[in-house]
Amino acid sequence: MTSVTMTVNGKAASGDVPGETLLSDFLREHLRLTGTHVGCDTSQCGACVVHVDGKAVKSCTVLAASLDGAEVTTVEGLANGELHPMQVAFNENHGLQCGFCTPGMIMSGIDMINRYKAEGKELTDDAIRHELEGNICRCTGYHNIVRSIKDAAASM
Amino acid sequence: MYAVNYHKPASIEDAVAAIGGADEAKILAGGQTLLPTMKQHLAAPSDVIDIRGIGGMTDIAVRGDTVTIGAAATHAAVAGSNEVGSVCPALAALAAGIGDPAVRHMGTIGGSIANNDPAADYPAGLLALGATIVTNNREIAADEFFTGMFTTALEDGEIITAINVSAPGKAAYAKFRNPASRYAMVGVFVAKTGDGARVAVTGAGEDGVFRHDGLEQALGTNWSPDAVDAVAVSADGLMSDIHASADYRAHLIKVMAKRAVAAAG
Ligand SMILES: Cc1cc2nc3c(=O)[nH]c(=O)nc-3n(C[C@H](O)[C@H](O)[C@H](O)COP(=O)(O)OP(=O)(O)OC[C@H]3O[C@@H](n4cnc5c(N)ncnc54)[C@H](O)[C@@H]3O)c2cc1C
Ligand code: FES
Ligand code: FES
Repeated sequence: MTSVTMTVNGKAASGDVPGETLLSDFLREHLRLTGTHVGCDTSQCGACVVHVDGKAVKSCTVLAASLDGAEVTTVEGLANGELHPMQVAFNENHGLQCGFCTPGMIMSGIDMINRYKAEGKELTDDAIRHELEGNICRCTGYHNIVRSIKDAAASM
Repeated sequence: MYAVNYHKPASIEDAVAAIGGADEAKILAGGQTLLPTMKQHLAAPSDVIDIRGIGGMTDIAVRGDTVTIGAAATHAAVAGSNEVGSVCPALAALAAGIGDPAVRHMGTIGGSIANNDPAADYPAGLLALGATIVTNNREIAADEFFTGMFTTALEDGEIITAINVSAPGKAAYAKFRNPASRYAMVGVFVAKTGDGARVAVTGAGEDGVFRHDGLEQALGTNWSPDAVDAVAVSADGLMSDIHASADYRAHLIKVMAKRAVAAAG
């Protein structure tokens, strides 16, 4: 067991976790934050993407024990009274169908916009598609996801 | 995943002690290869030793014409590093093309070369650039380091601490991605150095990354994409799998070599 204390969505979360506990399991099973989805066993689908210290990572491929002192944001931590602009954009642009991939898409979308803004680079449609290489959607065909992210970029 | 004990030592000495004290220890860096392998029960260490808490492991610094990259520097850190960009922009560009953004936020240069996946990108870059791999015990030339598919010159428990890369005259990497995995179906890194041309190929060889004599000779005499045309690239020793036959890979080696030389200018 390793004792960890991290900040999850602005609140302190601690626990004694076995070494093998993945961040996705810690979030879903220990904290009951089931907005983070687990879609694969191979680190490829991106449904589990959360932010650790402001960066998008696949929570199924990080050990919870390694995150003592880290700041974690999940899809549940975005809305603050009102929906986050990315959530609004997915809603308005029909950026989801079954919704399984959506938490990961939203967290990856916010991460790419933050990075492109920080570097002063333009987030073109092409760039959005490349940035989504680690997020798989089996429903939408991606067009509306790209539109949603583009729309959110304008209002974030 | 099987049960595992997690350690995060703050020094090399503590890491070595933790490795020595475990039944079967595995070094953990970004976890982007080790954790998926453990999830699939292809690896079942008793203990993982996380090296990311060791001081200096993520530092990147330039001295003269050489950049020293800490083994735990992430792909995103290398891609965005002004220091790496000033010594070898081609290496920064290679890092920017690994996997996807979330993988680049976690995966490290040390983990990539220790794993020596036959389709990984860094082995081609470091071999073509004649990099030096620094461990807790010694320095190993890239030519001696990559010894075969998923194997390296590392001893059991030896820890890579840094990688030294000196500025090439010209360099570039061209990668033909497997569209599903993002790994290289074939990747060719070309470097024009004081001792002539060095050309390293990943994604293709049955024994992992390798240098190509014919391409090196041709480009050593005439550094231009046209020089690649006259070189015969044999399919012997190349991989055949569901993604590509050995012949197709042999063809791709020439195409990628040409693209790389054209990009290097
Ligand atoms: C979806 C996906 C896509 C990917 N696409 C690509 C790609 O396009 N190209 C590519 O090259 N790679 C790709 N990768 C692999 C990725 O780059 C990994 O990050 C990398 O191969 C391993 O680095 P790591 O830091 O995650 O190492 P870990 O997974 O932590 O460790 C890997 C191995 O190296 C050992 N190790 C780690 N650090 C050290 C050290 N300092 N000293 C000694 N041994 C050490 C570990 O014990 C382990 O055996 C991809 C991975 C994923 C999940
Ligand atoms: S569940 Fe994490 S990448 Fe698929
Ligand atoms: S909306 Fe169903 S997987 Fe993307």
